[in-house]
Amino acid sequence: MPKRTDIHKIMIIGSGPIIIGQACEFDYSGTQACKSLRSEGYEVVLVNSNPATIMTDPEIANRTYIEPLSKIYLEAIIAAERPDALLPTVGGQTGLNLAVELAESGILEKYGVKLIGASLDAIKVAEDRLLFKDVCRKIGLEVPASAVVTEIQEAVRFADELGYPVVIRPSFTLGGTGGSIAYNHEEFVDAIARALDASPVHQALIEESVIGWKEYELEVMRDWRDNFVVICSIENFDPMGIHTGDSITVAPAQTLTDKEYQRMRDAAAAIIRAVGVETGGSNIQFGIDPATGRMVVIEMNPRVSRSSALASKATGFPIAKIAAKLAVGMTLDEIPNDITKKTPCSFEPTIDYVVAKIPKWQFEKFPGSDTTLTTQMKSVGEVMAIGRTFQEALCKGIRALEPSSAWRPPAEVTTALLREKLHVPGPDRLHWLFEALERGMSRDEVCDLTKIDPWFIAHLEEMLAVDKRMAGTSLRQCSRELMLESKRSGASDEEIAKLWDVKSSSVRSRRQELGVTPVFKRVDTCAAEFESFTPYLYSTYEEEDESGAVERPKIVILGSGPNRIGQGIEFDYCCCHAAFALKEDGYETVMVNCNPETVSTDYDTSDRLYFEPLTLEDVLAVLDREKPQGVIVQFGGQTPLNLAIELKRNGAKIIGTDPESIDLAEDRRRFGALLTELQIPQPRNATALAPEEAVAAASEIGLPVLVRPSYVLGGRSMVIAYDLKTVQEYVIQAAQIGTAGDPKRPILIDQFLEDATEVDVDALADGEDVLIAGIMEHIEEAGIHSGDSSCVLPSVSLRPSVLERIREYTSRLAKALHVVGLMNVQYAIQRDTVYVLEVNPRASRTIPYVSKATGVPLAKVAARLMTGRKLRELNLPFIEHDGIKELAVHDFYAVKSPVFPFNKFRGVDPVLGPEMRSTGEVMGISSDFGVAFAKAQLAAGQRLPQKGIVFMSVSDHDKKNAHHVARDLVTAGLKIVATRGTAAALRRSGIEVESVYKVNEGRPNIVDLIKTGKIDMLINTPLGRESFYDEKSIRRAAIRYNIPCITTLSAASAAARGIRAMLGHEADVSSLQDLHLRKSTAAVSIPSADSDALPSASPARAGAAVPPADPA
Amino acid sequence: MVFNTSLTGYQEVFTDPSYCGQIVCLTYPHIGNVGTNLDDEESPKPYIEALVVREFSALSSNWRSSESAQHFLERNNVPVIWDIDTRALVRHLRDVGALRGVVSTDGTPAEKLIAEARALPTMTGQELASRVSSPKSYHWDRGSIDLAAPFAAAASAGAVPAGTSGVPHSAHRPGAASGKRYRVVAYDLGIKQNILRLLVDHGCDVTVVPAKTSAEDVLAMKPDGVFISNGPGDPEPATYAVENIRKMVGRAPIFGICLGHQLCGLALGGKTFKLKFGHHGANHPVKNLLTEKIEITSQNHGFCVDPESLPSSDVEITHLNLNDHTNEGMRHRSLPLFSVQYHPEASPGPHDARYLFDQFIDLMETHKRA
Repeated sequence: MPKRTDIHKIMIIGSGPIIIGQACEFDYSGTQACKSLRSEGYEVVLVNSNPATIMTDPEIANRTYIEPLSKIYLEAIIAAERPDALLPTVGGQTGLNLAVELAESGILEKYGVKLIGASLDAIKVAEDRLLFKDVCRKIGLEVPASAVVTEIQEAVRFADELGYPVVIRPSFTLGGTGGSIAYNHEEFVDAIARALDASPVHQALIEESVIGWKEYELEVMRDWRDNFVVICSIENFDPMGIHTGDSITVAPAQTLTDKEYQRMRDAAAAIIRAVGVETGGSNIQFGIDPATGRMVVIEMNPRVSRSSALASKATGFPIAKIAAKLAVGMTLDEIPNDITKKTPCSFEPTIDYVVAKIPKWQFEKFPGSDTTLTTQMKSVGEVMAIGRTFQEALCKGIRALEPSSAWRPPAEVTTALLREKLHVPGPDRLHWLFEALERGMSRDEVCDLTKIDPWFIAHLEEMLAVDKRMAGTSLRQCSRELMLESKRSGASDEEIAKLWDVKSSSVRSRRQELGVTPVFKRVDTCAAEFESFTPYLYSTYEEEDESGAVERPKIVILGSGPNRIGQGIEFDYCCCHAAFALKEDGYETVMVNCNPETVSTDYDTSDRLYFEPLTLEDVLAVLDREKPQGVIVQFGGQTPLNLAIELKRNGAKIIGTDPESIDLAEDRRRFGALLTELQIPQPRNATALAPEEAVAAASEIGLPVLVRPSYVLGGRSMVIAYDLKTVQEYVIQAAQIGTAGDPKRPILIDQFLEDATEVDVDALADGEDVLIAGIMEHIEEAGIHSGDSSCVLPSVSLRPSVLERIREYTSRLAKALHVVGLMNVQYAIQRDTVYVLEVNPRASRTIPYVSKATGVPLAKVAARLMTGRKLRELNLPFIEHDGIKELAVHDFYAVKSPVFPFNKFRGVDPVLGPEMRSTGEVMGISSDFGVAFAKAQLAAGQRLPQKGIVFMSVSDHDKKNAHHVARDLVTAGLKIVATRGTAAALRRSGIEVESVYKVNEGRPNIVDLIKTGKIDMLINTPLGRESFYDEKSIRRAAIRYNIPCITTLSAASAAARGIRAMLGHEADVSSLQDLHLRKSTAAVSIPSADSDALPSASPARAGAAVPPADPA
Repeated sequence: MVFNTSLTGYQEVFTDPSYCGQIVCLTYPHIGNVGTNLDDEESPKPYIEALVVREFSALSSNWRSSESAQHFLERNNVPVIWDIDTRALVRHLRDVGALRGVVSTDGTPAEKLIAEARALPTMTGQELASRVSSPKSYHWDRGSIDLAAPFAAAASAGAVPAGTSGVPHSAHRPGAASGKRYRVVAYDLGIKQNILRLLVDHGCDVTVVPAKTSAEDVLAMKPDGVFISNGPGDPEPATYAVENIRKMVGRAPIFGICLGHQLCGLALGGKTFKLKFGHHGANHPVKNLLTEKIEITSQNHGFCVDPESLPSSDVEITHLNLNDHTNEGMRHRSLPLFSVQYHPEASPGPHDARYLFDQFIDLMETHKRA
């Protein structure tokens, strides 16, 4: 059956900012879906608020909207674009929920938009746990006993009847937010309240516990002819009770016989049919009682999911791409398998290797949070590793996680503690497992405590046994056989080096001497039954190499590894762009990465893909095989940069900025000297280990000073000290909790630039010319991590002389550091003095945002510069200011705002500081700065109120300026309540304000007001340590009740502007294509030759015609 | 020497009589994880000549396991070699086709073994079905196991291989034994037990007869239907079976699977040929040309019916392999006969084609009425 001809234009809703539970896997799936539909001749309209995605590149969809993912904006886009259909299944839970909202509110019907891929009924059945369970029971499948509850008493009654433990799952939430396990009545009462709050429909499911059972997932697809295939089976290493996103998972399933597996397959087929998902992919989870084999259905996702991204990478079968084609009426047999070319997609991939996925957690960023792994997902990223055996895959996965330091068990581990650590799973689970086995705990006991299948444990035991034999020999004496056995069991050179107490480079050379080197095998969907035409490779220790690497001009791009806070999708974006640009320039592109969620690990992105850990050993093995002309390390964030010097030492040709320059910029002392030489100011600074040293340094620098540990531990962040006593106390306290006294982790003391504005600059350089790409003004003042700040492009308040100086310094720095490629500089502007805070001669997190805002793909340009091309030959639309080139400034504002995961970490203080904690970002675009800010806030989940009450409590320092904000808010029609001091200050400025108690002053206090829904926004700037707990409880309450909580005065001021601007303002939307076309017509003044390429989009653009502040 | 790409069901592969005379390489690297049990065998003993795998698990982890895979093969004298680059071997077989091979454990020099392998007859021209067939006929009454029922009985039954007449050792589908309505005679050319179980599940009273039982003897049993089983070897030299089928066509409804399909093809005047390395796995897409639906199928064959050779006036092609477009099924246009090249009984593999057993029942029902 050919594809549908009754639809031409299809809308896709992306998943928005990266958050825990919804990461860049949906950029991967959305990008695939867009490309897939366009290749079939459909026009694609894409909406996503996240600028750091590949899918929002203007080339991916025909019409790209970076707008808030909310009903009103989506309706405006639908009204402007008039799509024929909406594909709701490739944008994660967010995309699916929005599609449901649009359908239920009648918007789709109003504009005649059909839902394709999954019907509203099917989505509702799959998403509503109760309906889903009913469907399963009706077709004869077992489900855990359960009840849906909407109020606490009823819930408690049912749970008491069912018996504990019970599982609590709120309805319609992402990544299991608000879900938990209660082991007794008391825990349950607390947990159910939270679950109901977390659910947008105030509903939760209480369920019989199947904790400790074996957990499986099937990734399945179906076409409209009812052809059904299983793409991949996944077995969780961790048992039921740990969210699958927080579990180590293995593909394919390891411990099922064919009869049991086929029973599960039959069940999956019956479910997808009964639920009514007519086309596309679904993920279905099962639990099996290891003792009796009883199988229960757990849940289903009627859409492309995180697991389907994993399954796609694990098998080479691109689920999202195929799902999109099925949604427009194609059938599986009509679609060829890209890898074999000769066979169709109507088959079930079979694999001849093992895939392990391991989550990455970052609890250290959220001190005070509960690190127990439960049914709520807490990991921020994941790695996937491929090996010929489970051991090999697991070991590759462990090293792909890039542990910052070797894990050591606490000095005295009693057996009781060990048992507890095995029984209560935490992020260090694997380490405790190895520890237990090393100490000789029996397999039975380990299995009993962890509920992990003995098959997996036996493999861990074997690994330890091989290690033991290796430890019994030495670098010189090790035989080839033993070396090979050790490598085959997955050991890295580094681990072997540790066993022998030698350098890993010695192990490497000895290993090569013994002729033990890896070979590369292909992921081909068919276990070698057919020839593979796609070089999708993984390393292993066997005989035959099938990499098929040939000598030709090629560049290796090192990816960024697992997503983590501060190193996420933005870097993957840059790596993909490098691959796209260099492919266009005729190079063969080779990608190395280990993150299954990314676009970079799509076999289509580069010519050759190595799914390998980003360690020196693994990367060198790839380079040995490929012998590239160059290696790009500056796009993948810190991960490849950490390897740069060693790679260079081993003969790799790093292209672009020399790694030595990158190092220099990171060395506080050498970099300080360079700035002095270049006559560029920086805040005075020093480091100290002891209190006296710190006091001396602080008095020399001059107060106030910013004091912070170089490594954040135990919840201590920075303190701003206005007197020396505070400095002394800080260092003494830091010493007590172990963050001082270690020469590697000194206390950093910097001159504190009060009331300074922070500015981020991205620039391109080719060794001769420098081009400023964007000067971004931060909305929060200096001191907040740049990744956690909102910023705006172009700047709104910087004076021309300051901008000129920024350009001048940037140019000077790029030349001094011999930058070839990208460079990011952070500045602080205080009273017109421009200070340099930091320089990073590499891709920064802001590259995708600046690229989207300027319409110039910076990473692509940078990749070309690295291969020796020059800025002047690339025809970029720049404006020259005093001999310094800057990309043409557009006639709209683009505001970037961060998104935080605080709702996943109860008890964590959401106040911002120098430690980055945001997981993702959004962008708001408008010709009015206030509107752009409000859109960004809305996109980030902070709905700025249009009416109601704003609570204000500001620090003494902020009191003198708070009245501006308050006045704006009052003018906009909002009421202000404030704590005593703030209220007094505001009244002095003639603002009407009501006082409210602080938490410790009596009741009803501010937290009571928040809880009773009387507050619509909070402005709470940190007051200092004495009231720390008071503020913390206010901010925590804000998170819990989902009220916008602003913690800096400058952000409050922007918010007030946004609220005013949004009053009476209709949703204005514009596509990137239009924005950039308008800009290029303006800048280059070429008349639009292609006017019919611009259908009815312009009417929707109703922004006030406020001209942007003239930056020059 | 052949390879099988199924991710699950190694025990079914070991015990499938169609593997008689073949060394099997399993492409999935971890084999043996779930041990073996008494319910998952396709015949009372393993038929593979030797097993080649990447990793062979000493540990069985499954609630139904009663014996480790290693012990099971050792007890049945099947040599296993592991820790080799099976993917390289598979790529070689894919390129050059199925090979003759020798597995040796006694240090005999390679040249000598190669010479020995070269001296082996090729599969073409070998009649193996009668070698694996049961010497005498027997009655079969066991249906499929029900995984939802407790497995305590199986777990405590010990490592005694279940015979064809063995006592049911785990819970069988209730009601299968009652309400028998169709008398089916099944030719055992190396029959897989799951075919028999499914026939019983579908209400058949099954008598299994030796490969060389004459058509007259079978027809004398007044069967409602005749089943021609899978089995090893080249179909062409099994002339006795072709003759018997010719005699039965039109006189009783016939259903053939795998070798049975090839023999039906020959009986209807067609020809068979040898595939380069055969189809051995559980993920092959087959299109039912009558319904246009796709089935994911279990396959295990080295020979194939040439659809061009079949008289199109009598025979309709019903199933097509979507990977290589070889024939996967046919039916007689006027007489009650149909057959498929793949394995609707699966075991191992997906259950997509079980409807063919219903189709057999329907055919018998229609024929009975007529």
